[in-house]
Amino acid sequence: MENQSCVKIINEWDIVAARQLGRNVAKELGFGTVDQARITTAISELARNIYLYAGQGQICIEKIYDGGKAGLRIVAVDSGPGINDLRQVMEDGYSTSGGLGAGLPGVKRLMDEFLIDSNPGTGTDIKATKWLR
Amino acid sequence: MNSTILNFIQNNKDSIFNHWLEATKENADERVTKVVSDQVFIGTSREFIDLIISNIKSSNEEFTSKLSDFSEKIVRLGWPLSFVTKGLQTFGKIVFEGMQEAGIVTQENQMKVIYEFDGWMTPMVNEVVNMYSATWERTVSLQKIALQELSAPLIPVFEGITVMPLVGTIDTERAKQIMENLLTGVVKHRSEVVLIDITGVPVVDTMVAHHIIQAADAVRLVGAKCMLVGIRPEIAQTIVNLGIDLNQFTTKNTLKKGVEAALELTSRKIVNVEGAE
Repeated sequence: MENQSCVKIINEWDIVAARQLGRNVAKELGFGTVDQARITTAISELARNIYLYAGQGQICIEKIYDGGKAGLRIVAVDSGPGINDLRQVMEDGYSTSGGLGAGLPGVKRLMDEFLIDSNPGTGTDIKATKWLR
Repeated sequence: MNSTILNFIQNNKDSIFNHWLEATKENADERVTKVVSDQVFIGTSREFIDLIISNIKSSNEEFTSKLSDFSEKIVRLGWPLSFVTKGLQTFGKIVFEGMQEAGIVTQENQMKVIYEFDGWMTPMVNEVVNMYSATWERTVSLQKIALQELSAPLIPVFEGITVMPLVGTIDTERAKQIMENLLTGVVKHRSEVVLIDITGVPVVDTMVAHHIIQAADAVRLVGAKCMLVGIRPEIAQTIVNLGIDLNQFTTKNTLKKGVEAALELTSRKIVNVEGAE
């Protein structure tokens, strides 16, 4: 797909590459500085989750168009251990790694749409979208 | 090295070179042609061909030192490695085709010549790749050291007040350094207030926030107060969206306001001197 570009997350510096990509795409689409910061932060969270919990995976940034609306979609895919209890990870303050536990619920608040699909053993698939207003 | 191949290359040096230049120019991508002028391109190419030929004539040691000089030059010019390896391949192909045309390579000795040719080309390609990666590795390690040097300085600005400006991405390694520098510095400078300035941090996500909170907690344990300054408006919004609790921090939007607040905390203030000109 022409409107999609991906970054493989293998080491910590790939997180920087992923959010740089996201920032550039967000700029191209005409997002303001606040939304740019939201998008890059969301990418940073998702990429870090991949790096911390799944070891490796991929972040894709898509430009999407829907009936005159333009938007940016972050697709984070990994084939790591998956998430046992989705409701639990979407609660603020829940963390298995001693972190703040604000990552996933935070991403949901930073973006407009948030879809998570995960099965223990098969990995996690997250799609988060921000629409241009 | 088979003397027939050697003789052929030496005798047809110029025509091989011209052939090679044409073929390479066609294949060269923009990255190569854009950064260098035609003159430099031809000059370097000639050097490249001379180098390949000198490999046949000169001793191994001499060649290695020449090759390292050359690869350094190429890296400086910014030519991609693929261009150089492809250049070697093209060179081999041109020589081989030329020999075929001249009737040196026949149906019978074809396999033998190919085998010998390969035995000569492969070590050379390996050498080039090795040189290249060694040069890159050195560059990367130097940059790593340079990056570490500008990592996390702690600057005493007033009696009891120190500032730690953070610039750039904070990863696990840097977070560790920040913590160490902060604690040793606070004790060394007998700081009462430490200002952490995050104006230069592009993204504040939960991990960065977590590290800063931990650092502030540790600073509190050694008896100083931590203040977070340089929070840009967009960062403030993302922090709120993420739901990060920074209530235990005093926060200011600029370093200037932070210094004023810190002076106040240590019962001092900046005053205008009356009568000063």
